[in-house]
Amino acid sequence: MTALTLPAQPRRDASPRPVPWRRMAWITWRQHRLAVAGVVAVLGAAGVYLYFAGEQLRHQGFISYGAGPVLSITAVLFQVIPPLIGAFVGAPVLARELESGTFRFTWTQGFGRARWTVATLAPLALAVTVAAGAFGFVFSWSYGPQINGNPILSPLAATTFDLHEVTLAAWTLVAFAIGAVAGIVIRRVVPAMFATLVAWSGLAVVTGAFLRRHYEAPLVTSNFNLPDGAWIESQRWAQDGKPVSLSTVDQVLQKIGATVAAPGHLGRAAAASGPSGQFGQSASAPAPAAGSVNPAQYLLHHGITQLATYQPASRFWPFQWIEGGWLLVLSLLLMAAAVWLVHRRAA
Amino acid sequence: MNIIEAAGLGKRYGSTWALRECTLAIPDGHVAALVGPNGAGKTTLLNLAVGLTAPTAGVVAVLGGTRPGSPDALDGIAFVAQDAPVYANLSVADMLHLTRNLNRHFDQGYAKARLGELGIPLTRKAGKLSGGQQAQLALTLALGRRPRLLLLDEPMASLDPLARHDFMATVMTAMADDGVSVVLSSHVLTELERVADYLVLLSGGSVQVAGEVDDLLASHRVLTGPAAEAGRYAERLGVVHARRGGAQAHLLVRTNGSTDPVPPGWESHPVSLEELTLAYLREPGAASLPGPARAERTEVSR
Repeated sequence: MTALTLPAQPRRDASPRPVPWRRMAWITWRQHRLAVAGVVAVLGAAGVYLYFAGEQLRHQGFISYGAGPVLSITAVLFQVIPPLIGAFVGAPVLARELESGTFRFTWTQGFGRARWTVATLAPLALAVTVAAGAFGFVFSWSYGPQINGNPILSPLAATTFDLHEVTLAAWTLVAFAIGAVAGIVIRRVVPAMFATLVAWSGLAVVTGAFLRRHYEAPLVTSNFNLPDGAWIESQRWAQDGKPVSLSTVDQVLQKIGATVAAPGHLGRAAAASGPSGQFGQSASAPAPAAGSVNPAQYLLHHGITQLATYQPASRFWPFQWIEGGWLLVLSLLLMAAAVWLVHRRAA
Repeated sequence: MNIIEAAGLGKRYGSTWALRECTLAIPDGHVAALVGPNGAGKTTLLNLAVGLTAPTAGVVAVLGGTRPGSPDALDGIAFVAQDAPVYANLSVADMLHLTRNLNRHFDQGYAKARLGELGIPLTRKAGKLSGGQQAQLALTLALGRRPRLLLLDEPMASLDPLARHDFMATVMTAMADDGVSVVLSSHVLTELERVADYLVLLSGGSVQVAGEVDDLLASHRVLTGPAAEAGRYAERLGVVHARRGGAQAHLLVRTNGSTDPVPPGWESHPVSLEELTLAYLREPGAASLPGPARAERTEVSR
């Protein structure tokens, strides 16, 4: 039926030169451009919003720390960036090949499947990491005035710590790597996406709740008023050397109309100076000694001391790099595992 | 040179052996048919040969001693998997470009000319092609790589008779013009007689029959005679399968080239490939193998 003939066999070298890596650039872009464009569009839009929010904050001339709750809600929204990128970009990369059967085509071409996996995962990982890092940079700039010097919210607190450029990039990279591994292990797109969300969330919660506080040995102080931005790990009250509860301390303080306000801060009912958020006031209590008694002195007088362990705000950048570092190592290990699984996968 | 060679090859999934104790040598320059019932291990054998899966036991070599999945093997073998998977969201032109980028050699001119001849538009999404066109696209992509060995897994399963004919015509043309060796798996027996000149019959995960079709046909006969006497000859002759219809019995016997005289009252007929295949498929206990002497061993390079 066909008059065409195949050309003569090309001469075969003894050991073929591998197909050059750069040949994969077009393929990876062609197959994943929608996912990459989606990430850039969503992060770009959110970044523009943050830029104008930051401009507005700077133009209004003063910082309202009362914006804390608003900040937290926005921050929680941004927390979904890494897991969504992991689920929608990372998980389908290998899972879709396996689910649709196209791996039987792609993995039997001359390029070789382990190299194909490297050439697919590496540029995508780089792209989402850079995009997330750029967004984190805008976030740091935009929210900087509200985070730095905020007496209530420590820059080390879980609400915003992982949204800065280093940590957001690292958490996004690890989400992508988790997605890639989930894809090759589970082999189906939707379950792999779901597993990515669950695994990433688990890692993030464990890190925020247990790991991050151990990056450096915490400082311990018996000073009642901790430095601004300190991230408090624990506080113990003691009266004459025996531990007492917070309510006991509050009862004592009520006599002078003061209360334990934010963790690490004593407030007084007087109209004394100090940022509003630092204060606590028990409105119902009579305040005979208001304005004349220092609550800290008062407590010491009653033999009450406080031991607080905390991470100072000055450790923000070391902690950023520590977290970014181990997440980078973990991501590289996960992606190496994905390549290895592809290499020796049993069909 | 043996295009595919296996020794004691086995593949186990969980507790079931998909392929077991498989020893065979398929010489090059043939269109070899892998035949067997569903679950006989055809796809498993092809996956092992192309390096998509690793053996549980034994060894397999391709292209005369090359390890499957090695750069040499990938370079010289084109594989069209069952249902001819292509990226549904890519256009035909994109599929050509992709295949060219994934291989050291790709004859874009040949591929484009062939698709044009088949009337497959380059701008159409691969997912929008008909089953036959999709199979032809996958075959074109495979042949454009100028492979030394073409592996086809159930290429005809999802095709209508016309598409089946066109598909095999393309394969035969490539075979004749370029000397590419072909190994295809199929459970469509009717088409095989026309295309296959080497037969490997798998059953229950092991090789039951292997050999050149001409040799196999020459060494088997159908004897037709009185049913009452069938039992007597079954002892003496190598009966593969006996079929009784009324007073007549049809015995498919293996003569192995010997010129035993046909018993009086019996008639001898040549056997067709389909008859022979069906007889062996019905008798999984029977075997016709070339024996280890025929299968020249080549060293498996690691």
